[in-house]
Amino acid sequence: MSRIVHKFTRTVPQWQPRVTPVDLQEATEEQLDALSVTPSNTKVSAYVLTLAHDVESLKVRSPLFNAIMYDPGGMSRAERELGAIGASMVNRCIYCAAVHADRHAKLEKDTAVTDELFAKGEKADLNPRNRAIFDFARKLSESPVAADEADMAKLREAGLNDEEILDLILSTSLFGWANRLMHVLGDPVREEVSA
Amino acid sequence: MTIFDSTTLSAAGIAAGSATGAAAETRSNIIEATQAAEDAVLTPKDAGAFPHALRAALAARIANEAGENDLADRYLAGAGDMAGLADPSQDGETEGLAHVVAFADKAANHTREILAEDISTLQAAGVGDADIVRLCELVAFVAYQLRVVAGLRLMKGAAA
Repeated sequence: MSRIVHKFTRTVPQWQPRVTPVDLQEATEEQLDALSVTPSNTKVSAYVLTLAHDVESLKVRSPLFNAIMYDPGGMSRAERELGAIGASMVNRCIYCAAVHADRHAKLEKDTAVTDELFAKGEKADLNPRNRAIFDFARKLSESPVAADEADMAKLREAGLNDEEILDLILSTSLFGWANRLMHVLGDPVREEVSA
Repeated sequence: MTIFDSTTLSAAGIAAGSATGAAAETRSNIIEATQAAEDAVLTPKDAGAFPHALRAALAARIANEAGENDLADRYLAGAGDMAGLADPSQDGETEGLAHVVAFADKAANHTREILAEDISTLQAAGVGDADIVRLCELVAFVAYQLRVVAGLRLMKGAAA
């Protein structure tokens, strides 16, 4: 038996699709080609097999995702993860929040920031730079967008340069996209451990 | 064709030579990949149950609801006889698409409230699983693009 996870956690759950994923045995040439551009090409996840239903989008999304999160220069990887976490908390994508909080903690070798965020949400006690980054990410993720000139000014006051601000906009917005796939098309689940 | 001709940078009003434009040039690969993704969701070769005009209209609707009217007008150019749906006050009943419109609105604007039932409602209305994924990709991409545009505009304003 598995149960749906409703609380934010750094322990990454399983992802259970709400639609039937593409069957690898029946995949078209184009789907197989698109599946090979994803990071893990040996064992294809249920999530990627679900997205393979729209192969034209999947093909362009994977390289775009990797460029926004991992290309060198600009904002640090941990701070891009903070953008991803801000979006995922607004959209309550438990799965995305778990994956990216776990990455943030590993990159920083510290769980303090994500512990604080998951415990207190927008009232989390953060240093001024993380505060400016998280608030901007959170407000850019609201519908309609709530980020304004004052939030942008706080990023500059916290010392972010243009390249870093652009990377924050991109990583936060990217999770506006990812959350609307992951949270909408499936459930975060955990196997029940029998007593 | 430069990155400054892309939908994202033109809708945000980012010009070459500006400070924000210079930052965008350091991520030109991302701006180009964003344009490729836009083409993949708005004008795919295999459109499934959602013809290009309907996709354009739904994209414009989401951008309008978000107050991104310049971006909405760019999408609207491809909406043809579906253009009425770009108005968020239209519910899609006339076009026989009320279930699609209601789902797109909720996924775009109330993402956190989406439930398994929202997907099963689409399935019960006869929308196939591949088309549900296509619809989510369209909505999700537009949610991304309108936030990049909104963020860039704030950046440009602050750079003044």
